[in-house]
Amino acid sequence: MLLRHTTKEVKEREGLTINPAKTCQPIGAMYAALGIHGCLPHSHGSQGCCSYHRSTLTRHYKEPVMAGTSSFTEGASVFGGQANLLQAIETIFSVYDPDIIAVHSTCLSETIGDDLQQITKKASDDGKIPEGKFVIYASTPSFIGSHITGYANMVAGMAEQFTVSTGEKKDQVNIVAGWMEPSDMREIKRVAKDLGVKIVLFPDTSDVLDAPQTGKHEFYPKGGVTIDELKSTGDSKCTLALGSISAEPGAIALDKKCKVPFETLDMPIGLSATDRFIMSLSKAGGVSVPAEITAERGRLVDVMADMEQYLYGKKVALFGDPDHLVPLTEFLLDLNMKPVHIVSGTPGMKFDKRMKEILERAPYANFKNGLNADMFLLHQWIKNEPVDLLIGNTYGKYIARDEDIPFVRYGFPILDRVGHSYFPSVGYTGGLRLVEKILNALLDRQDRDALEEKFELVM
Amino acid sequence: MAANYNFPDPSVIKEELINKYPAKVAKKRSKSIVINDPETIPEVQANVRTVPGIISQRGCSYAGCKGVVLGPTRDIVNITHGPIGCSFYSWLTRRNQTRPESPTDENFITYCFSTDMQEENIVFGGEKKLKVAIQEAYDLFHPKAIAIFSTCPVGLIGDDVHAAAREMKEKLGDCNVFGFSCEGYRGVSQSAGHHIANNGVFKHMVGRNNAPVEGKFKLNLLGEYNIGGDAFEIERIFEKCGITLVASFSGNSTVTAIENAHMADLNVILCHRSINYMGDMMETRYGIPWMKVNFVGAESSAKSLRKIAEYFGDAELTARIEAVIAEEAPKVKAIIDEIRPRTEGKTAMLFVGGSRAHHYQDLFSELGMTTIAAGYEFAHRDDYEGRHVLPNIKIDADSKNIEELKVTADPDLFNPRKSEAELEELKAKGVEINGYEGMMKQMESKSLVIDDVSHYESEKLIELYKPDIFCAGIKEKYVVQKMGVPLKQLHSYDYGGPYTGFEGAVNFYKDIDRMVNNPVWKLIKAPWEKAGTESLEATYGIS
Ligand code: SF4
Ligand code: SF4
Repeated sequence: MLLRHTTKEVKEREGLTINPAKTCQPIGAMYAALGIHGCLPHSHGSQGCCSYHRSTLTRHYKEPVMAGTSSFTEGASVFGGQANLLQAIETIFSVYDPDIIAVHSTCLSETIGDDLQQITKKASDDGKIPEGKFVIYASTPSFIGSHITGYANMVAGMAEQFTVSTGEKKDQVNIVAGWMEPSDMREIKRVAKDLGVKIVLFPDTSDVLDAPQTGKHEFYPKGGVTIDELKSTGDSKCTLALGSISAEPGAIALDKKCKVPFETLDMPIGLSATDRFIMSLSKAGGVSVPAEITAERGRLVDVMADMEQYLYGKKVALFGDPDHLVPLTEFLLDLNMKPVHIVSGTPGMKFDKRMKEILERAPYANFKNGLNADMFLLHQWIKNEPVDLLIGNTYGKYIARDEDIPFVRYGFPILDRVGHSYFPSVGYTGGLRLVEKILNALLDRQDRDALEEKFELVM
Repeated sequence: MAANYNFPDPSVIKEELINKYPAKVAKKRSKSIVINDPETIPEVQANVRTVPGIISQRGCSYAGCKGVVLGPTRDIVNITHGPIGCSFYSWLTRRNQTRPESPTDENFITYCFSTDMQEENIVFGGEKKLKVAIQEAYDLFHPKAIAIFSTCPVGLIGDDVHAAAREMKEKLGDCNVFGFSCEGYRGVSQSAGHHIANNGVFKHMVGRNNAPVEGKFKLNLLGEYNIGGDAFEIERIFEKCGITLVASFSGNSTVTAIENAHMADLNVILCHRSINYMGDMMETRYGIPWMKVNFVGAESSAKSLRKIAEYFGDAELTARIEAVIAEEAPKVKAIIDEIRPRTEGKTAMLFVGGSRAHHYQDLFSELGMTTIAAGYEFAHRDDYEGRHVLPNIKIDADSKNIEELKVTADPDLFNPRKSEAELEELKAKGVEINGYEGMMKQMESKSLVIDDVSHYESEKLIELYKPDIFCAGIKEKYVVQKMGVPLKQLHSYDYGGPYTGFEGAVNFYKDIDRMVNNPVWKLIKAPWEKAGTESLEATYGIS
């Protein structure tokens, strides 16, 4: 057994987190910053954090992930990191020549109390930021929230520090992407195009973290929201935030600064959440939904109906991030499955509330998030009430193997499979992909375990 | 030595590598970029701060301490004291394989333990939460040992992890609890963490168990972390040779074995950088000499085994080792004879770690490939130039903060395994005790030696030299491959391995052959991108 020390008996813990279902803020900020074109994320702290974040993102995407670090040593930790950041900004602009540096803090610089706003202002006053170039920042203390919080903070930073309202409204809709894959962002743009709505999506990591093999390394790949696009969001008609935890803070920041009204939606994962997204986007754009999209929806419902017997009543345990778990749980319920155990290390009142609403349809479900809501607890729950399917990031494979549960990889990080960055799981098409994955896992299991005389050819 | 390769003028290349840097940075980097001469061995600036903003391969002290040295021991509960990130990223990502003896034996390697510090712990201190965490870990698992690793904020807010550890050790009674001040800002790289880990393991673990160990030829394996099963292969060979492995630091190791390590008669060191401190300290306290060996490469493995035979000076052992080599070598030869025609004359660059960039050159040389540039991520001058430079290394402010343990001979257990005369005799036979020659002596003249290579320099090197393979880590992997050059990860082995010993050498030959000759590198351009090869006019019909 790989997790041989995990006991069935659940005891309340207060000090010890075991096998976390979250990680720290800066990696989220780094990921979000990669969704701006020509941007180099920068980690203000010691170089270990940056190295860890780059490594984890690289393992998840199998793509280059570039970022700078302030390389703190003991001196910087005592006297503050201003000198390090100023030097870093100068070095980065001369060696790596980005359009933007997006600085995020780490627990070290936060504990010291470095003020990123003041330091970046000083960099600008000292002439260290070349004409037409930018340095933006987000405070991302790791001792608050999770990687999702860090993502949201950087997205809010983009909105606060870039957007302007010229007073002239543009016929476009902003979409703030919650933490989703490049494939998902690409899909959102495709759906908007098919709907006929002009959108500005930010951040946008498509064509950044799914860059093609060309024989040349593009330090700044062609994707990412451009500075001009970002600026223009201040003039948009409205904003849709896809995810109340990872995206809404960006929309709020925009509203505060440029008075762009916003609506927060669940991330469009699965049928119902996608329905709401399409409704909202078509309303926001003042368009009617074209037949192709209705047909896409129809294909998803078709599969759900045709294969319902394999899904019905199957118990599912899932773990991961709030904006994924909320619509995913709803989707499982639409599929007539039973989400029985749900865990997320990310705290949040809005998450709590939204999850409770969804779980009114599943009063039997165990749900815990925030402190000590970890995969050790999830595993214990599974030992007490076994499940037919586990959904979550790669770390779930240890539980899946020990308990012999079919496993669908979903979320962050996925370190041992490819596909998530290329094939979307949002929208109706993404829903189809999710159903396909779930069915494959369940049916492979049925095939593996069937008695010879019960082995089915047609399913 | 590898096939002849015509080195381009390295001074021109060196200039290219640094000319884009701001003047001060260029000046600093130029001391770390050295044109090799194996005869004179020029000085390499190493173990100095990375310039802020430079994209470096390096990690931090915590990674070196918890990730590298302590991580592989399966029955310690390793609790990271800090916010959640550091523990999450070091969770299982180093591929330290371990093989518990029975299904019920303790194994915590698959677990990640953290105090997940919150804002109030940063403001009011985290010691209390730490103690609660230790108690909870004890109540749940009753481990033999609990180790605590401090991350960046811990040192700043003044949590005393050592005091907390002492208190809990006393309270729990049957659990060894100890802490490490391995905050990420200490030192300039993982290297500081290695040193801190060595100190802690020496202070809190080694020497706690004086039970005698059976066996005639007893040694410890130092600086081998069982990535990809490397230690398993070495264990296999030792067993065949009749050598008793007392403890491994720390691949596939247990607390009990490490506590018993001082019962061995020899320490063999693989990764000099990460563990040489342990060798020195055990020599001073217990009288156990250490010897640098290398089990990366078939020839090097044979050579290392012979060195061990020389050390023990036993005819029977020598004969048995020769028999093992005679049995293993032909199998390796059969493979290399088949592969070498396809790899001969190709070139490699290695930028990784603190010892691998040196030792993997042996494997490339067995493949007939030339190493044209190499460097470490976090080594010191002695790893490049050899230990004879140790007295000349200036200790700067960043290293000064790392404790040097004052070790003296143990009044009861000190027992020099070899007399001065015997050591001299060994030296005369070419068996160097407590010595390491470093990387540069082995590298060709005009090859480049670069410490803490930056991203920018790596890209330039690839552009200028077009190597057939580049060896580094995960952060470099896809950058280099985007440039159309295969990258072999020498931290994680791209999830392959083992690469040590005889079976490992064969694995490596096959992997490199596959990588440098993979058809995918010729498929990068689409047919319509290949100029002049296609006519734009279509022709249809039967030809
Ligand atoms: S938790 Fe803090 S010290 Fe650890 S990786 Fe995250 S930011 Fe860095
Ligand atoms: S050189 Fe490589 S093997 Fe040695 S300690 Fe370093 S990372 Fe580990």
